Amino acid sequence: MEAKVVKINGPVVIAEGGNFVMNEMVRVGNLKLIGEVIGLDENLATIQVYEETSGMKVGEPVEGTGNLLSVVLGPGMIGNIYDGIQRPLESVEKLSGGPFIQKGIETFPLDTHKRWNVEFLLDVGDVVNEGQIYAQVREGAIVHKLMVPYGIKNKKIVEKMEKPELTVKDYVYILEDGTKLGMYQTWPVRIPRPVKKRLPESIPLITGQRVIDTFFPIAKGGTAAIPGGFGTGKTMLQHQLAKWADADIIVYIGCGERGNEMTEVLTEFPELQDPRTGKPLMERTILIANTSNMPVSAREASIYTGITIAEYFRDMGYNVAIMADSTSRWAEALRELSGRLEEIPAEEGYPAYLASRIAQFYERAGYAETLSGERGSVTVIGAVSPPGGDFSEPVTTHTKRFVRCFWALDRDLAYSRHYPAINWNTSYSGFIQDLRAWYSENVDEKFPKYRDKAMSILEEDGKLQSIINIMGEDVLPDSQKLVVRVARMIKVGILQQNAYSSVDSYCPLKKQFLMLKTVIDFYERAKEFVEKKVAMSVILREDIVSKIMRMKEEAKTEEDIMEVYKLVQEHFKSVEEKYKE
Amino acid sequence: MAVKEYTGVKKAYGPLIVLEGVKGAAYDELVEIETEGKKRLGKVITIDRDLVIIQIFEGTAQLSLPSTKVRFTGKPLEVKLSPDMLGRVFDGLGRPRDDLGEVVASEKRDINGLPMNPYSRVYPRNFIQTGISTIDALLTLIRGQKLPIFSGNGLPHNELAVQIARQSTIKEGEFVVVFAAIGLKNSDVHFILSSFEETGASKNIISFLNLASDPVVERIATPRVALTVAEYFAFDLGYHVLVIMNDMTNYCEALRELSNYRGEIPSRKGYPGYMYSDLATIYERAGIIKGKEGSLTQLPILTMPNDDITHPIPDLTGYITEGQIVLSRDLHMRGIYPPINVLSSLSRLMKDGIGEGYTREDHPNVASQLFAAYSRVQEVRSLASIIGEEELTDVDKAYLRFGEAFEKQFIKQDFSENRNIEQTLDLAWKMLSHLPEEELTRVSKEQMDKYLKKVK
Repeated sequence: MEAKVVKINGPVVIAEGGNFVMNEMVRVGNLKLIGEVIGLDENLATIQVYEETSGMKVGEPVEGTGNLLSVVLGPGMIGNIYDGIQRPLESVEKLSGGPFIQKGIETFPLDTHKRWNVEFLLDVGDVVNEGQIYAQVREGAIVHKLMVPYGIKNKKIVEKMEKPELTVKDYVYILEDGTKLGMYQTWPVRIPRPVKKRLPESIPLITGQRVIDTFFPIAKGGTAAIPGGFGTGKTMLQHQLAKWADADIIVYIGCGERGNEMTEVLTEFPELQDPRTGKPLMERTILIANTSNMPVSAREASIYTGITIAEYFRDMGYNVAIMADSTSRWAEALRELSGRLEEIPAEEGYPAYLASRIAQFYERAGYAETLSGERGSVTVIGAVSPPGGDFSEPVTTHTKRFVRCFWALDRDLAYSRHYPAINWNTSYSGFIQDLRAWYSENVDEKFPKYRDKAMSILEEDGKLQSIINIMGEDVLPDSQKLVVRVARMIKVGILQQNAYSSVDSYCPLKKQFLMLKTVIDFYERAKEFVEKKVAMSVILREDIVSKIMRMKEEAKTEEDIMEVYKLVQEHFKSVEEKYKE
Repeated sequence: MAVKEYTGVKKAYGPLIVLEGVKGAAYDELVEIETEGKKRLGKVITIDRDLVIIQIFEGTAQLSLPSTKVRFTGKPLEVKLSPDMLGRVFDGLGRPRDDLGEVVASEKRDINGLPMNPYSRVYPRNFIQTGISTIDALLTLIRGQKLPIFSGNGLPHNELAVQIARQSTIKEGEFVVVFAAIGLKNSDVHFILSSFEETGASKNIISFLNLASDPVVERIATPRVALTVAEYFAFDLGYHVLVIMNDMTNYCEALRELSNYRGEIPSRKGYPGYMYSDLATIYERAGIIKGKEGSLTQLPILTMPNDDITHPIPDLTGYITEGQIVLSRDLHMRGIYPPINVLSSLSRLMKDGIGEGYTREDHPNVASQLFAAYSRVQEVRSLASIIGEEELTDVDKAYLRFGEAFEKQFIKQDFSENRNIEQTLDLAWKMLSHLPEEELTRVSKEQMDKYLKKVK
């Protein structure tokens, strides 16, 4: 019996008849809108439709596709921009005949005309297993490896494609049971792709942002949340991370956010260079754009589309970072759909399964040994947009339970244009211990020690600030005044970083360390003289302090920082001599 | 398709009616409801087999169940479009409200529009000079941006909106202004329209008026009607369009009321959980499109209930729009117009539309320096209120002087005062000259040499 629409309530449609399975992808109505079965009750199927349902009537047909909601994984994804259900927005523009997205557009996610120069890695007679890499092509900044789909075990290759220039619709090998190993595979988005085993996260994802790398680092395969009210710079920070993080592939999901922000990435990234490969940033980036005005149910799916693509590249042995901006919009999509399904709400109207969905998403991050024995990672960085900037709301509190880094954006810092507005008192990183060894070995053995010292200065400053707010700075003894002044050097000179500055937008780790060393060593020396009762104005000589505060911009190389460092040492030498007299 | 007519409305509550035995109704389609010769418009909001729930824009007052006829039109709510709409006044659903007769339409379009493809957008970066120093220097408005004014009851947001609309200039000439009054008081509408008339700008204005006394549900449609017309002028006719929507708070109230009638599960403060997505379908209609001449800039106005910026209406708006201009009751009480609270205001698109080649090369640094200095002023003031001004250090005292000057000379300007960007930036340097040079860490030495000397 053919299924027909019997009830329409926004993006939720109920169909009668038909023989669907849960999570099956369906085509709804005369316009063949894309939908997914999310509930079955005898002969009624509840369908979440990924496009606007206006104009749909009772009695219109619903067709099953026999597939779960899936993504197509193969060459041609890099540099592309997709909507929440992996339709390339460029083809959508063509098929819509203009800038406004029409309904019911069906398009294949990969370019079917482009010919790829395939390097065959196996031959007839070889036996293949799931996850094994059988061929590869160059794509953007990476080598795109083609892997045997999951579920194929011990199968012999009986035929090999002769020509090396293939389109994604061609096959590469044929196996003994007739299975074709093609140029692409599909994977259902709601199921995590398997790995051989999970490994501990012990290598940092270098972002070039001092407040992150130095103070609240994240490991490759780690998870982080960026909560912040509007205007605190969540998107700005996500963009910075997408630009500079030392990942091989970036998947950027604009989930329920502004259209112009995606356009900004599209305009800017092709022109920016990856500092490590020298190639345009767009050649390692995949964009998923389901902006706030696009259908809400596709917003719900966009997060899964993005992470599945990320896992696919991880399986090739790459380090992938995924930015989801914003997970709150995704949670709101869940809430809206839940409301339409008339489910009993838990906190603030959110469904009771909100926490478990958030957990499932973040648990797909990790550092792992892949089925083919490579090592790869998926790092997940999710922005959270708490209503009213209130961190006690459900999405923020649940997210906090499942991430290891919490970079809390602060409205007061943002109002005073201290960017990135990451609050050093409320933020934390659960990776500090795990990454200690790496920093000691790869940057400087003193790095962790200096970091701890800087944190303790900031903490003491926090306490002193509450006194200053009431009584003014003058009542403090010199030793505490020094803490306050050095804390200011750390805040202005190190924590603040100008994303628009050509010098300071990306700060290499070595420079981060030298800057930190300059400030902390300044503090240690200054403390000696404070104890010897030397006047503060002598110790904190205006030009020296100003040099330190400006070194992030003015000192372009490591040598330049060392110049400042030397200057500081000479300054103290002269103070010492004067003091002796 | 033949138009179907039904009688026998089963139920009426709030703005909703329920009808049974309907065949072939389409979700979201427009219906005409006739009671005793009076016509109203509505739309289908739920279909469950042959049962249909309809939301009536004009409300259900004086509607009787047996005598009501319902006609399904098979089309969504549409608005007529024509270049002749310039200078005209319409009601909240796009029907003429002046006495100039029906518009001869060249076409009709669904008021809901369709989502703009992010791939088809052009990233906005062209500066609009509003002639208001605070906005031009610190919260630069960019063509194609959506920049709301967060106001409070009794604050001069109408004046500010009028001033922006009147003074805004772009290289290509004048804006077409589309004005959507959403549940506005008669006196506010009168003020706005007559202010435009005085300057002879009213021939460039298209107004859609839903007054406070007009039906509440109609407010759901008003901004969409206005934006559909704005899109037509921007992307079909190639005009640069500025859309003023006033007051979005009334829109959100209407949304809540309706959601309540529909028995939906409320989210914060009784507003529906989909309010974010719903507002986005309005605000995201701003922008510039590849290959099209015009642009659509939005200036929505909302009054924050109880001046609370964390209230769901400003909060959700701020998450969608590209910044916000926040008005301050404190500055207003001190007689400063426009009372813009600089620190909590923001223009997100400003970064790529200022500086060399756009405004002036020192603009980004000067703006950053003003923000930093003025935020320091707040700290110093709170300290001074505790320990007294005399106890402050010399540097702190300089900050107090700077703060005073900044508010009284830079922020404050006359309702008809139009400053160009050069004047504004020079004035900014003059303000900064109140501070010792060591404090100016965000501007470069060269800029100080070049501009600070000039104003000293």
